[in-house]
Amino acid sequence: MPTYTLNVNGNALSVEADSDTPVLWVLRDHANLVGTKFGCGIGQCGACTIHLDGAATRSCLLTVDQVKDARITTIEGLSEHGDHPVQQAWKEVDVPQCGYCQAGQIMTASAFLSENPNPSEEEIRSAMHGNICRCAAYNRIEKAVKLAAGKSK
Amino acid sequence: MASSKTIDRRSFIKLSSLTGGGILIGFNLFTACKSDAKPPEDLANLNFKDFNAFIKIAENGKVTIISPNPEIGQGVKTSMPMIIAEELDVAWDDVFVEQGPLDTENFTRQVAGGSQSIRFGWDSLRETGATARQMLVNAAAAKWGVDPSECSVSEGVVINAAGDQLGYGELVTDAAQLEVPEGVTLKDPDDYKIIGTSRVNVDIDEIITGKPLFGLDYKADGMVYACAVRPPAFGQTLESYDDTEARKVNGVIDVVAYGEGNKVAVIAENTWAAIKGKKALKTTWSDDSELESSELHDQELGKILEGDDFEVRREDGDVEKAFKEADQVVERVYSSPFLPHNCMEPMNFFGHVTDEKVTLVGPIQTPAGTQAGVAELLGRPKEEITIDMTRMGGGFGRRLYGDFALEVAEIADKIRKPVKLVYTREDDMTAGIYRMAIKYKIAAAIKDGKITGYHLKEAAVNSNMYGLIPHFFPAGAIDNYKVETANYKSKITTGAWRAPYTNFLAFAEQSFFDELFEIMGVDPIQTRLDLLEKVKGTTDENIEYSPERLQGVIKLAVEKSGWGKQPEGVYQGFVAYYCHNTHVAEVADVVMENGNPVVKKVTCAVDCGIVINPTGAENQIVGGVIDGIGHAMYGDFSFDKGKPRDSNYATYRLIRMQETPKVEAHFVQNKLSPTGLGEPGLPPAGGAIANAIKKATGMRLTKQPFILQLAERENKVIG
Repeated sequence: MPTYTLNVNGNALSVEADSDTPVLWVLRDHANLVGTKFGCGIGQCGACTIHLDGAATRSCLLTVDQVKDARITTIEGLSEHGDHPVQQAWKEVDVPQCGYCQAGQIMTASAFLSENPNPSEEEIRSAMHGNICRCAAYNRIEKAVKLAAGKSK
Repeated sequence: MASSKTIDRRSFIKLSSLTGGGILIGFNLFTACKSDAKPPEDLANLNFKDFNAFIKIAENGKVTIISPNPEIGQGVKTSMPMIIAEELDVAWDDVFVEQGPLDTENFTRQVAGGSQSIRFGWDSLRETGATARQMLVNAAAAKWGVDPSECSVSEGVVINAAGDQLGYGELVTDAAQLEVPEGVTLKDPDDYKIIGTSRVNVDIDEIITGKPLFGLDYKADGMVYACAVRPPAFGQTLESYDDTEARKVNGVIDVVAYGEGNKVAVIAENTWAAIKGKKALKTTWSDDSELESSELHDQELGKILEGDDFEVRREDGDVEKAFKEADQVVERVYSSPFLPHNCMEPMNFFGHVTDEKVTLVGPIQTPAGTQAGVAELLGRPKEEITIDMTRMGGGFGRRLYGDFALEVAEIADKIRKPVKLVYTREDDMTAGIYRMAIKYKIAAAIKDGKITGYHLKEAAVNSNMYGLIPHFFPAGAIDNYKVETANYKSKITTGAWRAPYTNFLAFAEQSFFDELFEIMGVDPIQTRLDLLEKVKGTTDENIEYSPERLQGVIKLAVEKSGWGKQPEGVYQGFVAYYCHNTHVAEVADVVMENGNPVVKKVTCAVDCGIVINPTGAENQIVGGVIDGIGHAMYGDFSFDKGKPRDSNYATYRLIRMQETPKVEAHFVQNKLSPTGLGEPGLPPAGGAIANAIKKATGMRLTKQPFILQLAERENKVIG
C-alpha cells in the first residue's frame, strides 16, 4: 500500500492508503478528522465538501492520489478557534437542526465568500444549491451566508 | 457523548470530576403525565417504561443536566434541559448538557417520535427542576435557621429576608442529604427567564467545528468496518455467494453471512476497503415470490377503493342517506408514492459483543426497543446490553426501527471484534422502511348549500392510519361522517415517516376542501371557521383538536399572510390542520415565472402552547414546511420487480436551496402546556402550495409528486 504525505490544515499528514481511496475516507478513517461527512459518495449532496487549494471540492470523488501536492483544508482547520466569520454567523443564526450537513455547508459558504465577498441573494442561493440539508434549514443557511458576508468586510 | 454548552473543554472535564459530589434528583415521568396524554398506538408499542430526569450540581455552582431523549435534530437536547433549568432557577450559562444513555431504570420513554418528547416531558421536567430548587432552599433555610418560605432564589443563589446569600454550589452537599419534598410549587409562566427565550443549540460549537458527534463519527480501539450486501429486491433471497474476489481487496479481513443467511457483510480495516469488498462480492439471488412493482400497488390500491371491504374507523349519523339525498356529490381520488427517509447521515451502528457484554453505540430513536430486540436476537439478558445514543444526522422516523443495530449486533457476535456497520447511500435508500404508497377517496354530499355528508376511504400499502387520526377535523363538524380504511399487504417494508399518514392525508383533505368550497362558491376561510364553530363544546372524547385553537391559527395566518390583499400575480393557497397535538395554518404564495408556478413564500401560524425555545421552534416549523414542499413537489420513489428504481441523488430529487421559499412562522402566545413541533409544520405544506398552484395555473393537483402532474400541463416543467 503506498504512503502519501498530505498537507491537511497546514500539517503534514502521512497516510498509508490505496491510491483509489477517496480523500473523504482518508480524512475520516486514517486521519481521524471526522468533521467531513459522508452523505452520498457520488458528489451530489455536498456533505463531504473540503477546500482544495482554497476551492470548495467534494472529497468523496477525489482520490488520495489526486491531491498529493494540494493544500487541503477541512472544517477542523477552517479557523483555529472556531471563529471564522462563517462559523460565527452559523452560531449567531443558530442554523443547524440535526447538524450533519453543516460542515459541508460551511465549507461551501466560506470558499464562496472568499471568491465573492459581496454576493447577491441569487448568487448565494446558486452557490449553496449543491449542498443538501435534509432538515431544510435553507432559510437560515441563506441568512447566515449573508451575515457572514457582512462580517468578513 | 458529553457536550458542553460553552465549549471550554478543560473546565468541562474539571467540572465532570466535581459532579461526583453533586446531587442526583429524579422523578417518574410516566406518573407525572397528564391523564389526557394519548400516545400514538404504534409508538406506544416501541417502549414506555420508567423514566427519570437527572440534575447534577457541582460544588462550584455549575449544573449538568442530562438530556434523556434521543436528539435527531428536533432540538430536545436544548429544550428539555431548558425546562429543568428554568424551574431549578439557574443561569443558562452555568448549565452543561449531557446526552443520557439508555437507562430503563431511571428514564421513561426515551423515544424520539410522534413529536411527543416535550409534551410528555413538560410536567415532570418542571417538577424535577422545582424539587431540586426546593431542596436547595431548604438547605439554605436550615443553615440560616429561618423558614424556607422566607427565602427566594435567583439564578443559582438563595437569598433570605436579611439579604444573606448562598450559592447552589455551597448548598449542594447539605441539600443532597435532605428528604425529597413532594408537591413543590411550580413557577408562574410570567416569571419564566429561560423558557420562552431563544437559546442556541447546545451542540452548536461541536457542529460548526466538526467535532465527533454523530454515530458515523464514533470510534473504538481496534474497531473494524462492515459493509453489507442485502437482497436487491424485496421478495428475493440469497442463493449463494462467492467471496474470492472480495477477500483479495486490500484491507478486507473477513466475509460473513448473517440475517438468516440472506445478507453478507464484508469486514475491513477501513470503510473504503469494506465498500470495495462489497462491490467485489459475487451474489446469486432467487425470487421467493412474485416481485412487486409500483404499477401493481397502484392497481391494487385502486381496486380497494372501488370495493367495499373496509374497516370503519369513525362513523357519525347516516352517511348513506346523506349522499342519497344530496343535491350534489363531489368525489376525488388522491395518490401518493412510497418515500425513503434519506437521513443525511446514512444508517450505521457500532457493536462489540463479548462473553460478558454487548456494547452498542449509535444513532437510534428507540434505544429501549432496540435493546429488547438485540436481547432476543442474541439470546442475551437485557442487563448485558448497553446502548449509548449519539446525536443523529436526521431521523424522520427511519431510526425508530433498530434493524441496523440488530444487524451490527449479529455481525459483532460472529466476528467478536468491535465493528461499525456502515450503509452506503445506496444501501440506505434501497434497504429502507418506507413511507407507504396511499390512495384516498374523499366524497362530500352537498344539500341546500351545506355539506351534509363526508366520506373518506384510505387504501394503503401494509398498514393504515393510527390512533385518533380518523377523529381529526372535519370529524365533529359534519353530521354524517365516515372514515374507513383498508390495506394491501406487500413485501416492501414500510413504516413511520415524519408525520405518518397525515404527511399525505393533510394534502388530500385540504385540497379536497379547497375544491369543494370552490364548487360550492363559498369562502374557504369563513367556511372553515363556521365548520369549527359547530365543534365547540363537543363532549366527544375522541375529538382531540380544539376548534377554538384551530380558529385561532386560521385568523393569525390570514392576518400575517395578508390573505386576500396580495398584489396582482401572487396566488395564495390556504390550509389549516391539526396533528401531533399542535394546530397549524399555512398560506402559500405562488407566482408564475416563465410559465411555471414557483412557491415564493409560506406564512405559518402555529399554536403549540408555550414555546420553550423560540429559535428552535421556528427552525422546526420552517424546516418542516420546506420538507413538506420538497417531498410533495419532487418525492418520487417507486419499485420495479421489487427493486427501488432510485438509489442515490443522481436521480432521486430532494429540495435544494434554489427551490426553497421564504417561510415565516408566527406562534400564538398563550400559557397552555407545550406540544411538539417536529412534525406538525410538514403536513399542511403540500396542500397550501397545491391550492395556490390551482389558482395560478388552473390545475388541481391530486397526485404526488406534483412535478409529474405539472409536467402534463402543456409539457411545462417546474423548477
